[in-house]
Amino acid sequence: MTTLDQLLPGQRAEIIRIDGFDAVASRLREMGFVPGQPIEFLRKAPLGDPLKCSVQGTRIAVRSGEARRVCIEIR
Amino acid sequence: MASAIPPPAISAVAPALGSRAKTYRVALVGNPNTGKSTLFNALAGMNVRTGNYPGVTIEKKIGRCRFGDVSIDLVDLPGTYSLAPRSPDELVAVEVLTGGVSGETPVDAIVVVVNATILQRNLFLLSQVLELGKPTILALNMVDAAGARGISIDVNQLSRNLGIPVVATTASKRAGVVQLEEAIVELIENSHLRDEHDQAAQAHEDRPLPEGFYRTCEWLRTELISKACVDVANPKTNRGTTDAMPDEYLIQRIVLDRGGEAERRAVRRLGAAVLPPINAARAQLSQEFGDSVEMECSARYAWARRKLAGVLASESNANRTWTDRLDAVLTNRVFGMFFFVALMFLIFQFIYSWASIPMDLIDGATGFATEFVESMMAPGMLRSLITDGVIAGVGGVLIFLPQIALLFFFLAVLEDCGYMARAAFLVDRLMTIFGLSGKSFLPLMSSFACAVPGVMATRVIENRRDRIATIMVAPLMSCSARLPVYLLLIAAFFPATTYLGGWLSLPAMVLMGMYTVGIVSAIPVAWILKKTLLRGEVAPFVLELPEYKVPSGRVIFQRVWEASEAFVIRAGTLIFAASIVIWFAGYWPGDHTRQFALQSSMESLDQEAPQRSALSAEYKAQSAALLEGSLLGRIGKVIEPVVRPLGWDWKIGVGAVASFPAREVIIATLGTIYSLGGDVDESDEGLVGAMRDATWPDGRPVYGPAVALSLMVFFALCAQCVSTLLVIKRETNSWLWPVISFTYMTVMAYVGALVTFQIASRIL
Repeated sequence: MTTLDQLLPGQRAEIIRIDGFDAVASRLREMGFVPGQPIEFLRKAPLGDPLKCSVQGTRIAVRSGEARRVCIEIR
Repeated sequence: MASAIPPPAISAVAPALGSRAKTYRVALVGNPNTGKSTLFNALAGMNVRTGNYPGVTIEKKIGRCRFGDVSIDLVDLPGTYSLAPRSPDELVAVEVLTGGVSGETPVDAIVVVVNATILQRNLFLLSQVLELGKPTILALNMVDAAGARGISIDVNQLSRNLGIPVVATTASKRAGVVQLEEAIVELIENSHLRDEHDQAAQAHEDRPLPEGFYRTCEWLRTELISKACVDVANPKTNRGTTDAMPDEYLIQRIVLDRGGEAERRAVRRLGAAVLPPINAARAQLSQEFGDSVEMECSARYAWARRKLAGVLASESNANRTWTDRLDAVLTNRVFGMFFFVALMFLIFQFIYSWASIPMDLIDGATGFATEFVESMMAPGMLRSLITDGVIAGVGGVLIFLPQIALLFFFLAVLEDCGYMARAAFLVDRLMTIFGLSGKSFLPLMSSFACAVPGVMATRVIENRRDRIATIMVAPLMSCSARLPVYLLLIAAFFPATTYLGGWLSLPAMVLMGMYTVGIVSAIPVAWILKKTLLRGEVAPFVLELPEYKVPSGRVIFQRVWEASEAFVIRAGTLIFAASIVIWFAGYWPGDHTRQFALQSSMESLDQEAPQRSALSAEYKAQSAALLEGSLLGRIGKVIEPVVRPLGWDWKIGVGAVASFPAREVIIATLGTIYSLGGDVDESDEGLVGAMRDATWPDGRPVYGPAVALSLMVFFALCAQCVSTLLVIKRETNSWLWPVISFTYMTVMAYVGALVTFQIASRIL
């Protein structure tokens, strides 16, 4: 399964599911990472982590560990 | 203000005076970056009181205002993405809304503030708020920004779809604020006309989650009541099951949030007997709908899409806004980092150089006040109390204000323009070394100037465990009060030898070493705290990067004002009290008659009078003797065996004890103790000389590089700053954390100084 951290800057995808049911997963869901939503990978931070992406019309930074929870399908 | 309120038909119906005199409570809820604080300021103005809710770290902020002739207490809650409580703090935020916080009046209405540019995401929180069944208004904020992006919103249609009043606002330009006030008044007054049945019926209309879920919650509620009855015999929960019983909303949360705070508290209050029915309810739900968390989020977003049908019209799909273009530069690998470092450098340069002007003024004013009192009163205990206790105490509080005000000014600007989130994004990786997140960077950086504003700045960290870990290590960053101590000892015991052709000098290396000692020791401290006292799930780092905008002067002013007020009133009083206590310990016991007599005759003499120097010498000797005999001096002597392994004599011990209120006090104390008077500073030749000449009874010199290093390491690591400890108490709302800070830092300082001395005295 492809995950958010594997995308290249500028690449778009659709969210398939979020792995896990802990605080991290809940926070991601509350912030709009829900199945069916389009997502765009924007850039990495200068030190390689976190990653910046665009979902539900906002820019959100997530660490790569969290991005691995976001399963996607590249469009 | 709002004289435009339509004379409500209610005023005739409502019981004439009774309801008029009442103050209503209205809560403001919203996601971060919705302009909620700006709206709060626009509604409440300057009449804001702050405090803490009992037992938690979240700030209680209440603005008292009058909308027309109705008086309102406006309660501001911290920005949140969801009302699913995962910690006691988040639970309190929910309970402020449901009315479950003891001693707090329940709210009469809720205003949900949303960012019009990202409406769908924001409606997630609204869907949870509506479940509370309270009269609710939607404040559609930042409509101007939405308009600029080509998003048009049909406000009336949205209001019809949601079944609640919707008011379009642009808080930064104070647009729509009066309409919002009117809508709040109307809602409150109407809600008294509608009976509860109507409200309940409306709340049940098109609920976001499947009906089966609500039925399961109802079932669990009856189960919990019956299970809880078993425990009524238990005196611990005997305060009545109605108190301990979770309300309807918390029952929903118990079912939905596995391992959430609602569940934890139900178990705590009602006993483990509630677990089987809770698990049964969850099992039934997952059988019907799959996983509950997934189900809730999908259902709420589906609800949001439903409610937005026919509401949103987006002209262009302008994906790349100027925020994205600015981000491309400001988070660029090379330029972004360079800009960040340059900006931080500039800010701290400003804080250092600008704050010194008002700080010198405060210093001057303290000196002037002291002189004034001395010219009005004869020497005596009362005068000593006023000058050395009261005036020094007030001055000791006010001296922090310029740094606090300046730091909060810069923090507010960075936060409000949107750069703060980028700064956290840039340095997050670096901060993971400490087990912290990017949001801890600025508070820690600020602590190099002074830990007091640094600790206060941790409010930007919303995760409680990260925030407390940051507060715990902030005082390890070498603040400006340690600098005089370092400078004195380095100047006295480390010659200005240079290496590498003048590029490296010994004093500079020692100074840098002291800063490094603090930073490096913060790493294991933070790590251990996160493994023990602050153990728990790793805090999610999911950070919204908001649109850049021009910061609002009002918001900035309000932030600076609040921080200054909170410091002076709530930490300042404690700091003041502490300085009186320390004055007393240095004054009592002892017969000060001779000292006062010397002081009187000195003051009656001319500056140039020849007898003056003899009197002055006797006076200084008297002061040294009195300090030695005082409570403080006795403590210093008692602890001498303890500080001997650090290479210290009892005089240094007294200095260390006396500098408990503030590290820099050690210089004045050493000055007094070496009979030089208390007004020496770090560049005082006499003090440097006295220290070099000081000997043990057997004639060996007390000081040397090893003792100087051990003393510096002690000051780098110790918690000798009563202001910091009391600000920690105020910010964590508990005495536990200042006690832990003091204990761990003192132990670490002692061990650090011991190891330093034992090693250094053998190799130097």
